[in-house]
Amino acid sequence: MDKTPRTEPRQSWTFSREVTSEIRRAAATGIYDIRGGGAKRRVPHFDDLLFLGASMSRYPLEGYREACGTSVTLGTRFAKKPVELKIPVTIAGMSFGALSGDAKEALGRGATAAGTSTTTGDGGMTEEERGHSATLVYQYLPSRYGMNPDDLRRADAIEIVVGQGAKPGGGGMLLGQKITERVAGMRDLPVGIDQRSACRHPDWTGPDDLEIKILELREITGWEKPIYVKLGGARPYYDTALAVKAGADVVVLDGMQGGTAATQDVFIEHVGQPTLACIRPAVQALQDLGLHREVQLVVSGGIRSGADVAKALALGADAVAIGTAALIALGDNDPKWEEEYRALGTTAGAYDDWHEGRDPAGITTQDPELMQRLDPVAAGRRLRNYLAVMTLECQTIARACGKSHVHNLEPEDLCALTMEAAAMARVPLAGTDWYPGKPGF
Amino acid sequence: MLTIDMATTALREVNATLQAQAREGGQGRFVLDNPRGAHAVAVGLDAPIEVIVKGSTGYYCAGMNKHATVRVEGSVGPGVAENMMSGEVEVAGDASQYAGATGRGGLLNIRGNASSRCGISMKGIDIVVHGNIGHMSAFMAQKGNLVVLGDAGDALGDSLYEARLFVRGAVRSLGADCEEKEMRAEHLSFLKEILARAGADAAPEEFRRYGSARKLYHFNVDNADAY
Repeated sequence: MDKTPRTEPRQSWTFSREVTSEIRRAAATGIYDIRGGGAKRRVPHFDDLLFLGASMSRYPLEGYREACGTSVTLGTRFAKKPVELKIPVTIAGMSFGALSGDAKEALGRGATAAGTSTTTGDGGMTEEERGHSATLVYQYLPSRYGMNPDDLRRADAIEIVVGQGAKPGGGGMLLGQKITERVAGMRDLPVGIDQRSACRHPDWTGPDDLEIKILELREITGWEKPIYVKLGGARPYYDTALAVKAGADVVVLDGMQGGTAATQDVFIEHVGQPTLACIRPAVQALQDLGLHREVQLVVSGGIRSGADVAKALALGADAVAIGTAALIALGDNDPKWEEEYRALGTTAGAYDDWHEGRDPAGITTQDPELMQRLDPVAAGRRLRNYLAVMTLECQTIARACGKSHVHNLEPEDLCALTMEAAAMARVPLAGTDWYPGKPGF
Repeated sequence: MLTIDMATTALREVNATLQAQAREGGQGRFVLDNPRGAHAVAVGLDAPIEVIVKGSTGYYCAGMNKHATVRVEGSVGPGVAENMMSGEVEVAGDASQYAGATGRGGLLNIRGNASSRCGISMKGIDIVVHGNIGHMSAFMAQKGNLVVLGDAGDALGDSLYEARLFVRGAVRSLGADCEEKEMRAEHLSFLKEILARAGADAAPEEFRRYGSARKLYHFNVDNADAY
C-alpha cells in the first residue's frame, strides 16, 4: 500500500454534493426539479434587523398590562364591507388540491379561533374551507380553476392573484399524481394528467384592463367586498403603484421566500426579491400616491414569528400572511414522521415534494389513508396557538418600543446588522445613523 | 318589459336592477338603451331573464352569466360572457379579444367575427362564431366546444386539453399539441344540433375537427420542443 501522504478530498463549492446530485437527476430524467416550499437559500432577512427598545429617549409600555392593540381593517378604500381582523396575521392562499380538504378545514378552524382570515387558492372554494372560515378571501387566479360567481358572492374579500413570490412571472406544471377525481372535477381536467397553470390571466393584459376587471368583479358583488391584488415581489414600487391605479383596496406583496405547492426549483431560488427588500419600495409607492394606510399592504414570504410580524409592520405593512409556517403549525414536516420521510429520501424539515401527494403528515396530499393522519380539530388548535403566540410576541416588542398599537411601530424603531439589510430596509446600520443611499450622505 | 336608458342611469343601478331579479325569482324582459360602449354591462346575472342591449358594449358584457339570455344588438369589447356558467349570450356584431374566456357552460353565439384568444381556457361553454376568429384561440381550453364558420388564425388550440374545436374555413396554423381529428357521427350530430340552435347557415359535413394530441398530458423529455 502506498504510504505517500495524500491531500484530503475536497468538495468543490461550485460543484457541491447538492449541485452534482441535481446534475445527475436532470441527466437521468430530462425534466427540471419540481418541488414545493419556498426559497431555501440564505437571503437578507428580517433576522438582519433588530428593534431598539425603549430606554431614556423612548418610554416603554408595561408588558402584558398596558394595552397594545392588534386589530386591522383591510379594504377601507372602496368596499362597503371591509374585512375586520383581530390580529395582523392572516393565512395566505393555499389551494385545495395542493392541500387536503381536512387541512383546509384545520386552517379555517385555527384562523377563525384566532380572529383572522384564510384564503383559498388555485382550485376553487371547498365547503370545508368556507364552512370553517369566519372570514374567507377568495383568490381569483389566472387558471380560474373552480371559478364561479356564487363563490365570489360567498367570499368576504376577493384576491386577484397577479404574481406569487415563489415564482413571479411563472405559471406552473403540477405533475399528474395529485389530480384525483375530486381535484380534476373542480379544475375541469382529466384525472391524472399534468396540470399546466397559466402565468397570466386569460382575459386581461395589463393594468388598464385590470381596472376594468376590478369594475366587473365589484359590479358582480355589489361593491361590498374588498378587492386585494397579490403581487410577486419583483418590482414592488411600480407594481404596487399600478395595482393601486387599477383600483386595489389592498395590495398583497409576496417575497421570494413565499411558498408554493409545486414549481421549478430554478424559479423558486432564482426569481424575485427577498421579502425584506420589497416592503420599503411598496410603502414608498403608497406614500407617493398619498394612500399609505388607505390602501392596506399585506406582506408575505418567510414570516415565522412575532418578531418578523413586528418588523414587517414597522417597515410600513398593515398585516402579514403566513403559508409555510401555517403548514408547519398544522404538523407538516414533523419529526414524528422521520422514518417515513427517510423512506422518501428526505428528512423532517426538508420535505418539499408536496406535488407527489405522499406527504407523511397527511396535509399536502389527496391520499385518503394519509389524509386520515391529520385531525382537523387538533391541527386547528395548534394553528390557533401559533397565531396567538405570534401576536403576543409582536405586542411584547411593540410595548417595549412604547407603542399602544402594533401599527404604531415605525422604521425609527429598527436598526440593521448588515449593510445589505440596512440598504434594503432603509434603516440605519447598528451603531450609526446611516444606511446606504440615505439622502444627505 | 322594462326599458332602462343607460344615458341617464348609472351602471350600478342598471346591474343592481337586473341582479335583483334572481333574488325575486324573476323572469322579466329588459331593454338597455344607449349602452355607449359601457364596461361590465349585465354582469353577474342569476335568473332566467332576457336582456336586450340596444347598441355596442365595452369589456366583460354578460360576464359570469347564469341562466339569463343577453342579446347585444351591436358589437362587444373584450371578454364578453367571460366565465359564463349557463344561459345564452348572443352578439349581433363582432367580439373583441377573449370572447367566452374560461366559460363553463351555456351558449355564446357571435354572429360576426371574434378577435384573438376566443375561448381561451374555456371550461365547458359552447361558442359559435359565424365569422372568423383570431390567433391563439382556445389556448389551454379544457372543456366545451368552439364552432367557427369562418377561418381561424395562428396557433389554434395551443396546449389544448379536452375541448373540441370545429372549423369550417381555413386554419392558419395549429398550436402546440393540437391536431386534426376524425369527424365521427357523434360530432356531426352535435354540430347539427348546435348550428340549428345558433341559427347558423352551415352544414355539419363542412367542418373539420381539432383536438388535443395529448402528448403534453404526461411530461416526456422527447416532447420538450413543444413546451
